[in-house]
Amino acid sequence: MTAAFTVSRATRASRIGGAVAAVLVLWLSTFPWWADPGWMREFEEMSCYLIFALMWNLLAGYGGMVSIGQQAFVGLGGYALLVLGNHLHVNPFLAVPLAMVATLALAVPVSFIAFRLQGGYFAIGTWVIAEVFRISIANISTVGGGSGTSLTALRGISRSTREAATFWLCLAGATAAVAAVYGFLRSREGLALLALRDSETAAESQGVDVTRTKRAVYLIAAAGAGLAGALYFLGNLRISPDAAFTVNWSAFAIFIVVVGGVGTLEGTLVGVALFYLLNKLFSDYGTWYLVGLGLLAVVVTLKFPAGLWGFVSRRFDLHFFPVHRRLIPPERDRACAT
Amino acid sequence: MGAILALDGVSKSYGALRVIDGLSLAVEEGETLGILGPNGAGKTTLFNLVSGDVRADAGQIRFGGHEISHEPPHRRCRLGIGRAYQVPQPFGAMTVFENLIVAASFGSQKREKETYDSAVQVLGETGLLSKANRLAGTLTLLDRKRLELARALATGPRLLLLDEIAGGLTEHEAMELVEEIRRIQRTGVTMLWIEHVVHALLAAAGRLLVLDAGRKIAEGAPVAVMGDPLVQRVYMGLAA
Ligand SMILES: Nc1ncnc2c1ncn2[C@@H]1O[C@H](COP(=O)(O)OP(=O)(O)OP(=O)(O)O)[C@@H](O)[C@H]1O
Ligand SMILES: [Mg+2]
Repeated sequence: MTAAFTVSRATRASRIGGAVAAVLVLWLSTFPWWADPGWMREFEEMSCYLIFALMWNLLAGYGGMVSIGQQAFVGLGGYALLVLGNHLHVNPFLAVPLAMVATLALAVPVSFIAFRLQGGYFAIGTWVIAEVFRISIANISTVGGGSGTSLTALRGISRSTREAATFWLCLAGATAAVAAVYGFLRSREGLALLALRDSETAAESQGVDVTRTKRAVYLIAAAGAGLAGALYFLGNLRISPDAAFTVNWSAFAIFIVVVGGVGTLEGTLVGVALFYLLNKLFSDYGTWYLVGLGLLAVVVTLKFPAGLWGFVSRRFDLHFFPVHRRLIPPERDRACAT
Repeated sequence: MGAILALDGVSKSYGALRVIDGLSLAVEEGETLGILGPNGAGKTTLFNLVSGDVRADAGQIRFGGHEISHEPPHRRCRLGIGRAYQVPQPFGAMTVFENLIVAASFGSQKREKETYDSAVQVLGETGLLSKANRLAGTLTLLDRKRLELARALATGPRLLLLDEIAGGLTEHEAMELVEEIRRIQRTGVTMLWIEHVVHALLAAAGRLLVLDAGRKIAEGAPVAVMGDPLVQRVYMGLAA
């Protein structure tokens, strides 16, 4: 009798959304042949913010680990790219995924330090760790010291090749980040993550290894931030400790995730789109632009506690990236479906 | 039959307060041990020590022949200790069905797909099937208590720790719960059941343990324990 029950993971919106996303990615991938290089740069920058914000959402929004120091891994990813390309003469495009792996490896010991801290101490502690990396790297003259250096590894590669390859890498990175986070959330491990967000005690007593799950999430988020950093500085051609380890990364990610909707993938995408628009329209206002972002975040949080997407998705029961499992009863007693 | 759970001189203090005081206890495989005691007697703390949420200051805890005092809770769960909390702790942002999948998948280390059938079965047994797709955070207290039991069952336990799961039930519901407990008993699962609803407990427990201030004040056959003058004094007004 129980065999007649089925489990559904999709919604109508998710089927439509999946098709639209595939078309969108295909369309974007044609950019290097016809699009304005200025647009491509903007897209590249926003993919870096998207990847970073997705990871911050996974870590803080889903995992409850509110870090304001994930820029540590952006910087490490950027500098790993620099070392691999400039010093070890690895092809700079191939160096991007390698920089991500290097960041992941460095994140393992860092996680042991960060995980000794809880709550507010974790937030501040992660920031301190990022600052330690910034100051340390500023004192290493072979990677340019405090004033930074250029990615000389890109010399000798034609401009059009460089622009196209950078664009495709950013598109691939952003697509992979969305897919990876979505895949993780839908998996058994994702279930554990959702469970421990609600109650660590209960999750542990149901057999979930809470520490292991949180560490896995932390490492995934670090690797993602490393990828964002490598891509960002590949496009930027130049890196400095102040730019690489700036806390702005965390501030922007918090803005994107909170305004878009904490704990949803769609929210991060909406947040990035809004961030892009605001950036384009108002970034000339400097400090006032940042003050405006902060105020907007406050207003949105007060008006829409679940973020803009959270509001829309509740209102219209819309889920493009559903993570839930719906139990579908056998045909003959559909009545018990709720 | 040997003892599935054995505590030997277990103690736990919070500051100067001795909550469990040199407690020794043996639970036989397959039995249902009812646990009584006034508020603050240390009953929930005893469960915390067995499930691993809290580490003992002294003493040994053996489960299925293994010393488990130093094992973390998730490992104890995988060894076969399932727990229903006194204050329900649902995974509120997940559906009832998903709550059970967490328990079944991690508690008995199965792939997700392999847990669906047993999760549906447990939902049926605990009367939650019609609420399978509801977010657990939207359940009433009664259903949250049912979910506690369901989730503990879904881990595939050999030993179940039930902490006041009958509180707030109507007479009829309490009897349904007793039926459910009896059904679990027949599957050979050992149970420790803390309950203030004494008549429900008496209907299912084979043996009783009475705790007061972290010590065992009586243990044995229900009739003898309930007739004990010391127990009657401690339980005055509470016994139904
Ligand atoms: N984490 C803690 N920190 C400090 N004191 C605690 C803690 N947990 C329990 N206690 C104290 O230990 C004593 C026993 O608590 P416990 O929850 O085990 O009692 P109980 O027998 O389950 O009571 P009840 O019937 O009310 O559920 C109480 O005095 C309680 O205040
Ligand atoms: Mg209690």
